[in-house]
Amino acid sequence: MDLFEYQARDLFAKHDVPVLAGEVIDTPEAARAATERLGGKSVVKAQVKVGGRGKAGGVKLAATADEAVARATDILGMDIKGHTVHKVMIAETAPEILEEYYVSFLLDRANRTFLSIASVEGGMEIEEVAATRPEAVAKIAIDAIDGVDEAKAREIVEAAKFPAEVADKVVNVLITLWDTFIKSDALLVEVNPLAKVASGDVIALDGKVSLDDNAEFRHDWDELHDKAAANPLEAAAKEKNLNYVKLDGEVGIIGNGAGLVMSTLDVVAYAGENHGNVKPANFLDIGGGASAQVMANGLEIILGDPDVKSVFVNVFGGITACDEVANGIVQALKLLEDRGENVSKPLVVRLDGNNAELGRQILTDANHPLVQRVDTMDGAADKAAELAHAAK
Amino acid sequence: MAIWLNKDSKVIVQGMTGATGMKHTKLMLGDGTEVVGGVNPRKAGQTVDFDGTEVPVFGTVKEAIEKTGANVSVIFVPEKFTKDAVIEAIDAEIALAVVITEGIAVHDSANFWAYAGKKGNKTRIIGPNCPGIITPGQSNVGIIPGDITKPGRIGLVSKSGTLTYQMMYELRDIGFSTAVGIGGDPIIGTTHIDALAAFEADADTDLIVMIGEIGGDAEERAADFIAKNVTKPVVGYVAGFTAPEGKTMGHAGAIVSGSSGTAQAKKEALEAAGVKVGKTPTETAKLAREILGG
Repeated sequence: MDLFEYQARDLFAKHDVPVLAGEVIDTPEAARAATERLGGKSVVKAQVKVGGRGKAGGVKLAATADEAVARATDILGMDIKGHTVHKVMIAETAPEILEEYYVSFLLDRANRTFLSIASVEGGMEIEEVAATRPEAVAKIAIDAIDGVDEAKAREIVEAAKFPAEVADKVVNVLITLWDTFIKSDALLVEVNPLAKVASGDVIALDGKVSLDDNAEFRHDWDELHDKAAANPLEAAAKEKNLNYVKLDGEVGIIGNGAGLVMSTLDVVAYAGENHGNVKPANFLDIGGGASAQVMANGLEIILGDPDVKSVFVNVFGGITACDEVANGIVQALKLLEDRGENVSKPLVVRLDGNNAELGRQILTDANHPLVQRVDTMDGAADKAAELAHAAK
Repeated sequence: MAIWLNKDSKVIVQGMTGATGMKHTKLMLGDGTEVVGGVNPRKAGQTVDFDGTEVPVFGTVKEAIEKTGANVSVIFVPEKFTKDAVIEAIDAEIALAVVITEGIAVHDSANFWAYAGKKGNKTRIIGPNCPGIITPGQSNVGIIPGDITKPGRIGLVSKSGTLTYQMMYELRDIGFSTAVGIGGDPIIGTTHIDALAAFEADADTDLIVMIGEIGGDAEERAADFIAKNVTKPVVGYVAGFTAPEGKTMGHAGAIVSGSSGTAQAKKEALEAAGVKVGKTPTETAKLAREILGG
């Protein structure tokens, strides 16, 4: 889960990373009181989970409370690279900035540990700095058990060649930022820019945080979820504990196992090349041991997607028996029809593996007018693409 | 010979007395796996009857090893407790720990991986979030169905469970030496490279099938390893060409970030290393068949 800047700011503040004051609002009028609380001037910052908002006009200075209201009016509702601005942060104006640095901690998949990245050339994308001036970017591996103590923080500061006069302050930022990273089960905590200001202080002016969804069981993250931005189908699927991602094609996909479903999307896209370029409409993994109820929940989400023209159910029975899956499909269709849902899109079903013959027989016997059986994955993908194209 | 698991492997189950542990212990026994014990401190001293096979429950992994000579542990404990279970297995210096549990926090995985390193990497960890490992006809540890395929001369390594099953099914007439599911999490214990090296050295393996998916750069590094170290033919498959950027596709590690971790880049890297890469699982199986037949 990626956080908004204001959420990152709050998290940093909680762990004593030095930040400026700021609060989030969602109406222009609220900018007035917020700005007054900051002494009558502020920076109005669009809250979007995408870079480049400054260039897009999403960050504006306001010299008065009236001006803050006007800028918030401009920015709220703005579209930045496809992201609608629903919230703005009213932040304390930064004191005169002398230098801009970069620091982060992140997961290093390749080395199966954590990594610190630091640079005295902050303020722009670190990837850009790394590409043009790799010598200006220090990367230091962090042991997951030993973590970052003062000695480790000093090692990072030295490797990135921070100026001596800010060294102690950057060490403090690194230690508090590491604390944020560990205690929040983060995949990434990034401060960019980390600014040296006229007073000599070092302050985190902007930040990015990404949290590990698998760790939610030991945190209270309810308020961090961005309900406004979620696709309504994705939100409905999440409520039913389904692993679903909305895509932009026409063939609805249901399968078991993440790898098999990813593969199904690809196979459908290839088949679509021969059928008017139809593409997969979603990713949906119903997992192992899918009951009729889970199948019904999945079908309901997919049939409720107006973009879907045909559905491909692709199941390889491992431990799950295909006869159970076939019963699930038949019962799911009946359940939806009984509930008065409009079930009118053709389903192509491929069952293989454990008890496949039994499962196929169940579908044959049920003889549902919308259900077609194709017994190979590639063949079934082709049929589903053909049906979607015909209905387009 | 096979890799990492054979008929002599003595297996204990951490989390045997839970619902998932019970179900799969029964299936593993049915496939001929020598399950010699379960571990649950609250049920130590009891035995569990699996269709006539009495399996004792021990309080700790260490005790189970002392009493049974176990050299493999399979872990089914819930995600909140998995880190402690793996650390217990590492402390007991068991040779192989297979972590089936899904949904483990990545900080926990990073932690037990670092711990294994500090203890000298005496325990091979497979997973987490994986289907396990099977040497058909000899032993089956995890949740891979035992009846899809038969013993044969293909070695299989895969990030995905169901794609493992699909590939084992497609090539069931040829059969497999060992198939290992390494899992799709961002941090895993055993990598494609570990399995490739083991299959290269395994006299029972003639050809290696390697299945990857979007996210990270493990496939690219495996390609580099193949180019330098693997003389046996390798056939590959990569899932996730149509996955959008920035969305996690089921597996916690299956995500394209910016321009990194794409299926296209992985396919190109593998092909550059001389690996034949199939467009679909079926085509991949066909490529393997052609090499073995020719």
